[in-house]
Amino acid sequence: MSSTGQISGEFFLSGDEACAEGALAAGCRFFAGYPITPATEIAEHMSDRLPEVGGTYIQMEDELASMAAVLGASWGGLKAMTATSGPGFSLMMENIGLGLMLETPCVVVNMQRAGPSTGLPTMTGQGDMMQARWGSHGPYSIIALSPASPQELFDLTIKAFNLSEKYRLPVLVMSEESIGHMYEKVTIPTREKINITPRRKPNVPPQEYLPYVPDDDLVPPMAIAGEGYRFHVTGLTHDERGYPIMTAEAQDKLVRRLVDKIEKNRNAIIEVEEDGIKGADVVVCSYGISARVATVAIQRARALGIRVGMFRLITVWPFPVERVREIAKNIKAFVVPEINYGQMALEVERAAAGRAKTILIPHMGGAVHDPETILDAIKQAVK
Amino acid sequence: MTTRAKQSQIHVIDERCKGCSFCVEFCPQHILYQTNETNAKGYQVVRVSEPDKCTGCGMCSRVCPEFAIYVETPDGKQ
Amino acid sequence: MKTTAIARIGAHPLDEYLRTDRLPHIWCPGCGLGMILGTVLRAIDKSRLDIDRTTIVSGIGCTGRAAGYVKLDSFHVTHGRALPFATGLKLANPNLKVVVFSGDGDLAAIGGNHLIHAARRNIDMTVICVNNFIYGMTGGQLGPTTPEMGRTTTSRKGNTEKPFNIPYLVGAAGATYVARWTTAHVRQMERTFIEALQKKGFSLVEVISPCPTYYGRMNEQATGLDQMRYYRYNSVVKHFANLADVDISLDGQIIVGKFIDIDRPYLPAPKGENGK
Repeated sequence: MSSTGQISGEFFLSGDEACAEGALAAGCRFFAGYPITPATEIAEHMSDRLPEVGGTYIQMEDELASMAAVLGASWGGLKAMTATSGPGFSLMMENIGLGLMLETPCVVVNMQRAGPSTGLPTMTGQGDMMQARWGSHGPYSIIALSPASPQELFDLTIKAFNLSEKYRLPVLVMSEESIGHMYEKVTIPTREKINITPRRKPNVPPQEYLPYVPDDDLVPPMAIAGEGYRFHVTGLTHDERGYPIMTAEAQDKLVRRLVDKIEKNRNAIIEVEEDGIKGADVVVCSYGISARVATVAIQRARALGIRVGMFRLITVWPFPVERVREIAKNIKAFVVPEINYGQMALEVERAAAGRAKTILIPHMGGAVHDPETILDAIKQAVK
Repeated sequence: MTTRAKQSQIHVIDERCKGCSFCVEFCPQHILYQTNETNAKGYQVVRVSEPDKCTGCGMCSRVCPEFAIYVETPDGKQ
Repeated sequence: MKTTAIARIGAHPLDEYLRTDRLPHIWCPGCGLGMILGTVLRAIDKSRLDIDRTTIVSGIGCTGRAAGYVKLDSFHVTHGRALPFATGLKLANPNLKVVVFSGDGDLAAIGGNHLIHAARRNIDMTVICVNNFIYGMTGGQLGPTTPEMGRTTTSRKGNTEKPFNIPYLVGAAGATYVARWTTAHVRQMERTFIEALQKKGFSLVEVISPCPTYYGRMNEQATGLDQMRYYRYNSVVKHFANLADVDISLDGQIIVGKFIDIDRPYLPAPKGENGK
């Protein structure tokens, strides 16, 4: 992976640009995408920068093709990525499912905008969170991260690539227009300081290699095309040889592994940011831009002497059920601001299991919350 | 006079044959025929009526959709 | 008199390229798919391609199962998306020989958008489009190439839509090598596959193939042999024919041959060679 063209230092970048640079820093050398507000600037940046690092940019004819090309490129041996928004994200679902079934490392960035449908293309939203978890068909598990700043978009895109290689699946970066189009300082470390997870290569000679014999962490080493492993992979339910096996037994064995390889490693995957949880009466649970807006409300509440904590989701999937359940025991309520009509709030409520109330602060999209609405809810909650 | 050694030998993999008789139709020498002998799946397998007439052209193995027939010729398998 | 040697499985000349542990394959008796796949493997063998760098991508449908039978790096992807997947594969590693082996429905209906764009971009790959006029795997439904008045399980009284003329379609989109044969033209098909595999850029070979189970049975050609005979006696070889005239009607002629063989810059552009 050539490092020519790799940059480092302090920059003033939009979230979109920071995301693209994060991908390059992570070793991404292939981008296939389709223009869509508010993610287009990622593609634009990649179309300039990828050739500089010896990579390939291709603009495909639609998002179906983009996602398929990303999978093909990953099996061709490259770290590959696409970026889109709600409408494109919906079109990508089937091939994200193929990526899960073939266990293909890649990254899909969703710069959310206000939906449903065409909605408010240039304005922010967080309404695709459940689609991120369940958008494709069938039982599966997936990893999704939610950055709250251009810097985090840089950092979490790297993390997304690393997780996608470690657990061999598409990893989603669920951001929003407000962060994608926000300009802030972004520090890009020198190459040596960036930890990059390489692809897990087979540890047996080609004649003995079977594409889906897992290691202990349930993740199989991955051969790529053109190296003589002469493997077969299929979207059909398959066994360890990669052969299609049309039985319930093969389905049980495969699907359990595909889910367990994420759920059994959740503690290593999950990342949250906690502030003032100890001794809090109420905890604001949020992610992305809504978490930033909530910090204003939290400061105001604390100024009024209210003991309020902050629980920010950095990984939204898998959801930190255990930790939320634990916090729920000691507080009155979770206050959940998000720019939709209740999605992650459902997870918070499920995890709290009635031990604490869950107060959704919805916003239908097109703008961020007014901190006062969050502050009012905090005040209500502690009454 | 053709000596046995120079002769082409037709081989049938009975278990793969599905009795479609493409080979019977396309053999230029018309020396293949469908028998009443069936394989495990009940397909009537093919045999050669006059092996000496086989020219080793390999048409049978080319039109066979099942990889069930091939010809061993003096200069390798068709 | 011992007339036919009963061969051991593994003795067939193509067995080295086949997952013989998965034979006999899924395709019906009289279907042309096994023969077309065998011809591709013979062409690969004769072209002396580096087997380790030869890959096959298939979509969904009867033809889609082909990837599962070859002992190459092979990918059985989602319906209609073999071409974009193959595009990503080829762009990621230009040293790969990428062959897409898929059906009329997969390539020209759900995958139609990708077909015209892959041809437009002249992506360096070889596409075998097996055209049996219907969707076989799902039970013989109408497809984008079903001839007018053709009966299928979703057009029992005859198809009233105008079908695609595949060579015309991909030729207009920019494919630099286009040919068509039927399964009755095994030798010509093999030569054409060898040419297509050598061709730099987007090469597509349409192969008209019998489907006795559905299309044949519902259109007075009940067995594969009936359809093979029809192809044999109703095909006309017209190399570089005017593509507008090579559409296929229910009982008419089938024009076969090599229709297009031109050169223009292709993707991935070789380093420095064609200047892009």
